[in-house]
Amino acid sequence: MKNPLDSLGQTIVLGFVLTVVVVLLIHAIA
Amino acid sequence: MQELVAFDWWLLFVRWCHIASGVMWIGHLWYFNFTQTPTMPKIPTELRPGVAKYILPEALFWFRWGAMFTIIFGLILAWMNGYLWSAIKIGIGDHSTHNTAIGIGMWLGTIMWFNVWFIIWPNQKKNIGITPASPDEIKVAARTAGLASRVNTMLSIPMLYCMAGVHFY
Repeated sequence: MKNPLDSLGQTIVLGFVLTVVVVLLIHAIA
Repeated sequence: MQELVAFDWWLLFVRWCHIASGVMWIGHLWYFNFTQTPTMPKIPTELRPGVAKYILPEALFWFRWGAMFTIIFGLILAWMNGYLWSAIKIGIGDHSTHNTAIGIGMWLGTIMWFNVWFIIWPNQKKNIGITPASPDEIKVAARTAGLASRVNTMLSIPMLYCMAGVHFY
């Protein structure tokens, strides 16, 4: 399987997905 | 003159330095990932040394020291703002979304800083010939540095959300 980080587009999408996770985490912790 | 010694002025000064260093760092990170890496295969072989031997070492200098000064000014700023410890423990037990948000941003930034100094730079030193390495070792080093750089590009998106968005929390 190809590493998604080899694609700049997929790296950016993963960054946005991670941002959603971070937003949820902020509300879950605080 | 009064303003020069006021605490708020120093707070602004350190914040300004933190942001300027951060632009230097993330600007170069995005240059590597958005411009240099995708363009390298399109450059004629005889012209590639121009990038690898002249632009890359210079860009890596500003990139890694930008990262270093960003974290130094960032830690001083968090200390001056009085939330350093709370942010380190991502606000757990403090019921502060602000400290949780800035804390997660700080940890993402710290992981990225570690990647720069302990994964990307040691591997790039082989790539640009500072550390002696065989052609096979250089190939592995370039791949490792490239992947760590992509990880940092991915992490920069939520990290900037935390840094820029913290005032909304």
